[in-house]
Amino acid sequence: MSGAEVSLVVSVFLACAVEAVEAFTIVLAIGTTRGWRAALAGVGAAVAALAVTIAALGPALTALPLGVLRVVVGGLLLTFGLQWLRKAILRAAGAKDKHDEATIFAAEQAEAAAAPAATGFDGYAFAISSKAVLLEGLEVAFIALTFGANQHDVGLAAAAAALAVLVVLAAGLALRAPLARVPENGMKFAVGVLLTSFGIFWGAEGAGASWPGGEASLGPLVAVVLLAALAMVVDVRSRAVAA
Amino acid sequence: MRVVAAIWGFLVGDDWRLALAAVAAIGITAVVGAWWAAPPVALAALFWSLRETG
Repeated sequence: MSGAEVSLVVSVFLACAVEAVEAFTIVLAIGTTRGWRAALAGVGAAVAALAVTIAALGPALTALPLGVLRVVVGGLLLTFGLQWLRKAILRAAGAKDKHDEATIFAAEQAEAAAAPAATGFDGYAFAISSKAVLLEGLEVAFIALTFGANQHDVGLAAAAAALAVLVVLAAGLALRAPLARVPENGMKFAVGVLLTSFGIFWGAEGAGASWPGGEASLGPLVAVVLLAALAMVVDVRSRAVAA
Repeated sequence: MRVVAAIWGFLVGDDWRLALAAVAAIGITAVVGAWWAAPPVALAALFWSLRETG
């Protein structure tokens, strides 16, 4: 497996695992409060919608010429990466609340309990579960598709995504509780660094630039983005202290 | 309209300037034709966005 393939697997796995943890928390809260039938139906509907999206977008992406594909993929990954990294830096610096699955679980349960009871099929449980899975899944589907299409290995990206979902599901079902001990904030920081680095790399290549050493320059690029991000954490933290 | 808003929110996120910076980083790289153009543009935009927020 090449360095780029390892990075693909790590990026997709981490991004997918983080989003799966978040979706699992909401579905668990809805299922335990409102009942599992409608909650799982919502999950099924969202997974079907995601499958249709992937089936439609996957071939369209892979059909693009390599240069265009790298510009599109680089632009999307860089946009997503900068967003992830911005939030992760703010969380790491203490300027934004950290993602806490136990708190979110309690809030979702309270909201679900306060919602009007259903007489037949629980539309509330269906809507909340499907929305959670669809929203969390859509970004991951984009990340897996763009990484996979660019490396000409959608199968490897899909396998990494599927493995992440299975690991999260297995851990969640074993614990029967929100996965509050997963280091989500650190994982999001790592995903932000990786997406930003790959976005810069592929975007620049698609724009016609040649990196010195080709894919070998990905490692130093990741290191530069990581160091810059850590410096920004220090900067945001110091300004928060001074304020 | 809600669909457009959802797509905008999904692609652009909290700070539209970061999406603009991503486009600018790739665009400037295309103009100068050099790999070193994209990293500073993207990282400077992130720094600027954080400065505006923090």
